[in-house]
Amino acid sequence: MAHESTYKPSSAFEKWLDTRLPILRLAHDSFVDFPTPKNLNYWWTFGGILTFCLIVQIISGVVLAMHYTPHVDFAFASVEHIMRDVNYGWLIRYIHANGASMFFIAVYIHMFRGLFYGSYKNPREVLWILGVLIYVLMMATAFLGYVLPWGQMSFWGATVITSLFGSIPLVGDAIVSWLWGGFAIDNQTLNRFFSLHYLIPFLLFGVVILHIWALHVPGNNNPKGVDVKGPQDTLPFHPYYTVKDAFALILFVIFFAMFVFYAPNMLGHPDNYIPANFLVTPEHIVPEWYFLPFYAMLRAVTFDILFIPAKLGGVILMFGAILTLLVLPWLDTSRVRSGRYRPWFKLFFFLFVVVCIALGWAGSQPAEDGSLQMYIAQLGSVYYMAFFWVIIPLLGVLETPVNVPDSISKPVLQNA
Amino acid sequence: MKVSKMTKRLTTFFGALAVASSLAVTAQAAGSGENAALPPRTVAWSFEGPFGSFDRAALQRGFQVYREVCAACHSLDYIAFRNLADDGGPGFTEDAVKALAAEYTVEDGPDEFGDMFERAGKPSDYFPAPYPNENAARAGNGGAFPPDLSLIAKARVNGPNYIYSLLTGYTDAPAEFDLGDGLSYNAYFKNRQIAMAEPLIEDLVEYADGTPAGVDQMASDVTQFLMWTAEPKLEERKGLAIPTLLYLLVLAVLLYMSYKKVWRDVEKD
Repeated sequence: MAHESTYKPSSAFEKWLDTRLPILRLAHDSFVDFPTPKNLNYWWTFGGILTFCLIVQIISGVVLAMHYTPHVDFAFASVEHIMRDVNYGWLIRYIHANGASMFFIAVYIHMFRGLFYGSYKNPREVLWILGVLIYVLMMATAFLGYVLPWGQMSFWGATVITSLFGSIPLVGDAIVSWLWGGFAIDNQTLNRFFSLHYLIPFLLFGVVILHIWALHVPGNNNPKGVDVKGPQDTLPFHPYYTVKDAFALILFVIFFAMFVFYAPNMLGHPDNYIPANFLVTPEHIVPEWYFLPFYAMLRAVTFDILFIPAKLGGVILMFGAILTLLVLPWLDTSRVRSGRYRPWFKLFFFLFVVVCIALGWAGSQPAEDGSLQMYIAQLGSVYYMAFFWVIIPLLGVLETPVNVPDSISKPVLQNA
Repeated sequence: MKVSKMTKRLTTFFGALAVASSLAVTAQAAGSGENAALPPRTVAWSFEGPFGSFDRAALQRGFQVYREVCAACHSLDYIAFRNLADDGGPGFTEDAVKALAAEYTVEDGPDEFGDMFERAGKPSDYFPAPYPNENAARAGNGGAFPPDLSLIAKARVNGPNYIYSLLTGYTDAPAEFDLGDGLSYNAYFKNRQIAMAEPLIEDLVEYADGTPAGVDQMASDVTQFLMWTAEPKLEERKGLAIPTLLYLLVLAVLLYMSYKKVWRDVEKD
């Protein structure tokens, strides 16, 4: 850890353990006496909330797996068995299904926070990249999990997403057969999706540990975006941030509970209560809400670009939008971290948030040529890419930050 | 351009965009073609809202409608006779359920000679389906497949209102409407024509509790019954909500007070 250890083993056992496996020292230095900037706002509580979400998903998921049958003939019925005959099965399944949405709400807030306050910049590039990796693993897990109930949207969502890989030149079809485990989405596909849906969250957990490790080396960024100058700028993590995070977490759990108890199916799709049928295609195949902005980008490319067919263009755009995040730390030329002191960045950032929401709406609508949603999808995709590849690099050079403070504790001195 | 001015212009732009998009949604709901389905009529159901619960008498009547009318073509695969006595359901007594199950004949087996045999139903049996398989169901219904009704209230957008509107929505087709062979006109169904003939006619069932069996009454009762078959734990769910939320609210207040106390001497800036 980056700071000096203040751990004092108090009992004979702790002294004995400390010279063999200093795990209590690690816990103390990471979560008790970890110096944390004293000016963190509520946007910083989502890291803890996300850890909670992951644990809830793993525990509820393990219990669901005890009652679920990964077979095309029984999967749908086994989910209904959970809903009707397993004690509190309905509660566990609704927690797990809505928990996925809560996880994504929290991760999007967490990511936008990191984006606004420049938390991805030197010296936190690796921390950010690990975060992007977590996000990608989350998306993979959520997609695989949505297939398991084997409803209509499960089946057709899986068909659409796996077929994307078919657009890759030369090896596309081979990759699709490899993913499916055959020449159609069938029982073997459901089996491997179940296996991977169970595996990936544990990989994700491992990356979360790396993410927290990478956080604890440089320490937290903060709303002012300036480095911690000394002990006057920090507070010990416990009790100051444990109590604040706990308060924010309970507010989040109340929000979560409102969905579970009062609108458990609001974020889902009615078609997924119809058993999968490969002969009947749903009218509109839509993914879960958290994929909609990317789904809009996927469908935004309606024209061939040189030798790239439209379908492949959409796939490149969609994956490019995610992969762009990986190189963001090197696209940003501004040395001022916090968006607070960057008027132009602030403006373009809020526009970016609005564009992401507009893309989500466009993704939820049927892809009709010449419709409003298609224009929004196309304009939005252009802005999304331009934000990272043009606006952010240029702003660092062109924009003059205002009133950047010298340190966390001192008041604003003058214009920088 | 100054930032504030720019922000103002952007706000105007996105305001306009929001209005435009909401208009587009309305236009879409009204339908891309003139034969698009009408949005369902909205009914105030007893099971809605944070304290909602089922009307037992309505569930019992709705069950009677299902049994005497719908069950001729529609299965109810996920409901066993015993469920009719479950908490939060129609509230039949166990004896009533036993007697009811015994009225059905189910196939069981194989017996010790390897033969299948028929016996009277038991509470643990599931509702027998009217057709042995989908092909038989289609053959008996002019090619259309009557869907299983267990989950129908959750498997349709705005499920309960949709079911109610559909069941009460049979009218004569407008003169210019090109109705398919063997189909009925129903403005709430996709493309306004449906293979199911008008299922409810006044006094089609004679309610055990003496309620007059008008079409609206039967449609409302069977809709509530189907909401229960789709969401049998609805009452348990809503019952658990209040204590859980109260607990969380108290915990939130305590944590907020602890937070304020722990932080009382900290100058954040």
